[in-house]
Amino acid sequence: MKYELVIGLETHVELSTDSKLFCSCGGHSSPKEPNDCVCPACSGMPGMLPVTNKHAIELAVKAGFMLNCKINQYTTFDKKSYYYPDLPASYQTTQWFNPICVDGSVEIGDRTIGIKQIHLEEDAGKLVHDDATNTSLVDYNRTSVPLIEIVSRPDFRSSEEVITYLKKLKSSLQFAGISECEEGAMRCDVNISVRPEGSEEFGVRAEIKNMSSLSEIKDAIEFEKVRHVDALERHTEILQQETRRWDDVKRRTFPMRNKETAADYRYFPDPNLMPIIIDDEWLEAIRASMPATAEEQSIRYTEMGIAEKEAMVLASDRKLSDTFDAVVALGRAPKSVASWILTECMGNMKRLELDELKIDAAKLARIIELVDTNEITRPAGKKVLSALFESDIDVDAYCEENGLNVKVDEGFVLETVQRVVGENPDAVANYKSGKTKAMQALFGLIMRELKGTGDPVVIRDLLQKELDK
Amino acid sequence: MGYYINEIKSTGKIAVDDTILVKGTPATAGSKMLENFTPLFSAEVVEKLEKAGYGISGKTNVGEFGLDLMGETSYFGANEADGKLVSAAASLVKDGAVTAALNVDLNGAPRRAAAVAGVDFLKPTYGTVSRYGVIAAACSGEQIGVTAADADAVKEILTVIAGHDDKDGTSLPAEKYDYEAVEVSGMKIALVKELYDLASDEVKANLDKYIASLKALGATVETVSLDCVKEAQTAWQILMSAETTNNLSRFDGVKYGHRTADYKNIDELYVKSRTEAFGFLTKATIIYGSDVLAKGKYESCYDKSLRIRRVVTEKIKAVFAQYDVILAPACKDVEYKAYDLMDSFEKVFEESVFTAIPSITGVPAMVTKGVQLIADSYKDNVLLSIAKSVEGLEA
Repeated sequence: MKYELVIGLETHVELSTDSKLFCSCGGHSSPKEPNDCVCPACSGMPGMLPVTNKHAIELAVKAGFMLNCKINQYTTFDKKSYYYPDLPASYQTTQWFNPICVDGSVEIGDRTIGIKQIHLEEDAGKLVHDDATNTSLVDYNRTSVPLIEIVSRPDFRSSEEVITYLKKLKSSLQFAGISECEEGAMRCDVNISVRPEGSEEFGVRAEIKNMSSLSEIKDAIEFEKVRHVDALERHTEILQQETRRWDDVKRRTFPMRNKETAADYRYFPDPNLMPIIIDDEWLEAIRASMPATAEEQSIRYTEMGIAEKEAMVLASDRKLSDTFDAVVALGRAPKSVASWILTECMGNMKRLELDELKIDAAKLARIIELVDTNEITRPAGKKVLSALFESDIDVDAYCEENGLNVKVDEGFVLETVQRVVGENPDAVANYKSGKTKAMQALFGLIMRELKGTGDPVVIRDLLQKELDK
Repeated sequence: MGYYINEIKSTGKIAVDDTILVKGTPATAGSKMLENFTPLFSAEVVEKLEKAGYGISGKTNVGEFGLDLMGETSYFGANEADGKLVSAAASLVKDGAVTAALNVDLNGAPRRAAAVAGVDFLKPTYGTVSRYGVIAAACSGEQIGVTAADADAVKEILTVIAGHDDKDGTSLPAEKYDYEAVEVSGMKIALVKELYDLASDEVKANLDKYIASLKALGATVETVSLDCVKEAQTAWQILMSAETTNNLSRFDGVKYGHRTADYKNIDELYVKSRTEAFGFLTKATIIYGSDVLAKGKYESCYDKSLRIRRVVTEKIKAVFAQYDVILAPACKDVEYKAYDLMDSFEKVFEESVFTAIPSITGVPAMVTKGVQLIADSYKDNVLLSIAKSVEGLEA
């Protein structure tokens, strides 16, 4: 019999807010040392009351717009109770009864994945086990950092679809400034079952908890598929609805202790947090602050004269497109900027193994300006850019210090070409006898004499004319 | 047991319940669980009082987390006088040792205490006084109020502590309240038949005397039927217990508060720490509160209680459409003897029928001369005016 996979995802994403969900402690990127980003509120001390972070609400609404959701303009926070040392108040504030976004969808290829809901909640802390003393230590830095949980409908039919969806989700969330999606900031629970192809009923479901790497997710799904099909076909085990975890060392999933999962969370509305009313005006303001989608951005770039393929690369990465927009806004020609970013900047990123473009747009604009106005040569410009990637240099000062900004003296260039040709009669003879390589040697000598300041195209041209005499 | 769990300043004139935080002074909430807990910040009300030049005399003994009749469940011992229960805060006020005391009213304890001691207590409109810095139990109804010898002293302190606080998400927007005095003559007052009938003869006699005073001031008093007192009582019991269960779950022995000396794993740490450190009434409330929130019971218990809260609110609004205030007993008896604390859950529940309506709806309630006056939201000034006028009759 042929079997079909049925998968639904719960994806937890840390929001890019400056502070936590219910207090003013620093948000996702602040903590450095354990417990250096903790206050009485997020450590659950008696006497503290929660105050909602407005920015987190706005980011959740943005995520809802992005995933074509209906936004609940009346939304509430609820308490979910369970005991665990990483949860200081022994309850998590989440949205159980009135989640902020519902009924959305995402297109992946020719498939549509339904989004059941997006809700806001606070993250828990982290437990660290110290083997040396056989004790567990707790770090509350992550406690109460805002998360959204994006709950899909059980619409995935393969691990490939899951990975495509997660990649798309990640780039869209980054692009819209909703989440940095840094390592570990996007975590997934995978609900998986199999059924005979064509069947409408769902099989027995397993939930694999808390995975953050795409390759683990893929491997776990493939492992589960085999386990489920074996159970149905060869009766290797009786499937039961359970929670499992992926063991990356043993390369398989294991059931979690029932005790860890069979909790009654005793949800109820948080009386300390008034319902949040998102009125039409606020909703429209959030909508207006949405960045253009990658697709819209790409179309805009082609209208600026950028080739379609290049426009797509620029638009697909938030950092590239932001830098491009900023440099163009500073008055540089779009085509020139595109070429600098896609060739030179990306070359440097590859050389330095950087995942994202992190340079000052104003400085890049200055380099391009110097080259475009012939104040420095393009090779000199590249040299400045490489230096800029390595440290935060001052562009003009750097050119001066390295003697790059000499206005190219055409007379001096011609003189140099003629002098080098005159000093090397053997090479000239070789060239004339058909050894074209000799020209390259002469070109190299001239460039060395000019210390890289001349325009290579012009020099090659002058040299050619000189040799043809 | 003395009246203070921790005395702060011998010259201070305001005492605060040990459920209200004062930075640097241990705050026990009357529980062994918090015997060694010292807060890092002060409650907003304490900040406001200190800024206005009032000194805090100390932290008064309270029943564990304020859940009981009037302090008898404190881990540090009940306050008694001549074999009768008294409350620490009300006794200090009555003796003139302080000019006022701040108390957290979550299930009527300070109202009963004031009624028994013969002093005034006002539980103001929910949201007018910040709850920031209260060791929380039942957030949706608990409110800091003021105990003092007379209505003017209550008003003086309330004027200082009331007003918006950004740190409390349920705090109402007004920055200040002036509690303007109003004329009592011509007021219409509704005596709640169902509650009057439940009171002892001494309490009834006291109410009759108060009614005579109101009439002497030119007010009219009519007996009305309010057919939701039992429903309000049960619904508040459910909401209060559920919220308390949730709020006290933070006391798990991991971070602060009592931790058992000996445990093998995390579950044992939780169970032993909590078993050792909570008293009977707290445990009973936690079990009751866990049960009403359990899967399958939420709709019929918690959610239904939320709906009852709305119905009760509508019913008393209907009364306030015709009457200026509601008059009712604050408790069943004029005095309470020490009792077996294993009976506390039933005993407190039984008494809460008198105090539940203001607790569940958030309207203001004032105890004066042993009776309870209840007004519509923001009409705290009407309560103060009536109390002051009746007090003035005897002067």
